[in-house]
Amino acid sequence: MRDKVLIGYGQGFWGDSILGPVRLVREGPLDYLALDYLAEVTMSIMQKLKGRNPQAGYATDFVKMLERTLPTIADKGIKVIANAGGVNPQACLEAVLALARKQGIKGLKVGIIEGDDILARIPELQAAGHAFTNMDDGRPLTDVQDRLLSANAYVGAFSVAECLDAGAQIVIGGRITDPALVGGPMIHEFGWGPADYDKLAASTMAGHIAECGAQCTGGNYTDWKSVPDFVHIGYPIIEATPGGAFVVTKHDGTGGLVNRNTVISQLLYEMGDPKRYLGPDCTADFTSAKIEEVGKDRVQLTGIKGGPPTDTYKVSLSYSNGYKATGQLTVSGPEALAKARLCADIVFGRLALDGVTFTESEKLVEFVGAGVCHPGILEAKDPPEVVLRIGVKCGDKNKVDRFGMEMVPLVTSGPPGVTGFAGGRPKATDIVGYWPALLDKKAVQTRVRVEES
Amino acid sequence: MVKCKLKEFAFARSGDKGDGSNVGIFVKTERDYEVLKREVTVERVQKHFAAICKGEITRYEAPNLLALNFLLRDSLGGGGSESLKTDAQGKTHGLALLEMEVER
Repeated sequence: MRDKVLIGYGQGFWGDSILGPVRLVREGPLDYLALDYLAEVTMSIMQKLKGRNPQAGYATDFVKMLERTLPTIADKGIKVIANAGGVNPQACLEAVLALARKQGIKGLKVGIIEGDDILARIPELQAAGHAFTNMDDGRPLTDVQDRLLSANAYVGAFSVAECLDAGAQIVIGGRITDPALVGGPMIHEFGWGPADYDKLAASTMAGHIAECGAQCTGGNYTDWKSVPDFVHIGYPIIEATPGGAFVVTKHDGTGGLVNRNTVISQLLYEMGDPKRYLGPDCTADFTSAKIEEVGKDRVQLTGIKGGPPTDTYKVSLSYSNGYKATGQLTVSGPEALAKARLCADIVFGRLALDGVTFTESEKLVEFVGAGVCHPGILEAKDPPEVVLRIGVKCGDKNKVDRFGMEMVPLVTSGPPGVTGFAGGRPKATDIVGYWPALLDKKAVQTRVRVEES
Repeated sequence: MVKCKLKEFAFARSGDKGDGSNVGIFVKTERDYEVLKREVTVERVQKHFAAICKGEITRYEAPNLLALNFLLRDSLGGGGSESLKTDAQGKTHGLALLEMEVER
């Protein structure tokens, strides 16, 4: 057993910079590269793509990233864990194998984890008594059943470890939890079992710290003026050890910083009850950790306590919930704010002339530059200009598109100083509703399979 | 004790949780943590975020992090892809809390 394993986190979310993984494999030692490509709305987009093309429905960005990094990854023997499979891990595996063959890389073992995608099984699961009641508001799933777009269980680190145990160098999953991308390698390397709750809790905390990439190495940090060299910001590396203690660090010579404050900042991100962080493999107590700076850009976490997980998986369902559009234009001074207010009234007044009305909850008017982010706290009374931003949403796509046609005319038929209209008419886009639920773990079985180039 | 803003000695991070947001805030010393616990009450946060948060607020303590964590329900105008707001994910709510004035 190795006494230390280096796990880098190169992609914090769908849309993060490709430079994260590209630099992590190049700029220093690394055993594992973890990458997150999914967000809550991503699965619905991927199901739509797969509906049109059976070979689609995974994160193509992952394959583009591998085009640049696979030779180094193969050469250095770095293992890659990604939830890039989306709703079609098999198609993602085939794309990666095709890339390896094209690059002349032989014997690359690529594994997939399946079983988290339960969209097609919903009727069968309901018939077996699983209700999928909305966790937030208690509504029954029948309210939105005919509009479902995706349904995935958040599976844990043991499926990742199983895929690594089966010999995979590249592990592709669907809706694996973000921390499990880090926990899987630890279980595989150190032989942890399902009842090693303290160690699993440590892996959960490590994964939580790393899961947003550079957000623990100086990104989005309150004291941003103390962060050196944002351009070359280092992505996080977890130095894991068999006993569960770990160090958060980054490669030597990279920008950004890792200290007690940057790590605590990220521990608090998307936090609920810090004593009970629920995951599929354990319940972690974030208040048990001892956090110490043990060197330059090195923060160690020890003493982490965990307990058993619940007997349910969290399930993320999404459904079609109407349409929305937002448009913006710039209004200059003098009296920018007063003129922007008038512009908003003109838009909705003219729409009403044409029989198109929206309720208060279906519309939003913002004056960006006058206090949109911190209303009631930080506001400007007479800014030199504001960006007028108007949005509407409702179930009628035609009404939303009709709104989009009344923004541009303000340039010539409103008060003076209206400009900066770019991007054409705002068009209606789908609103994807999010439906969190719980599902008995016995109802979900994950499977792993490994293929070779 | 003197009046000052939290941003002079505290750090914050925020993000979305369903149709609400969480705001984590922490300090560097035990002494300042006592200030944080005494001054940044649920009632004061409710008042501070009156124009942002329409739901109830819960406070959690994490003494090892010298941190408080607040859950602000109904603070995103719908949440996820449903919200029309610029800050639909509450990314800036942490900085908003740091504007609060306290006795230190």
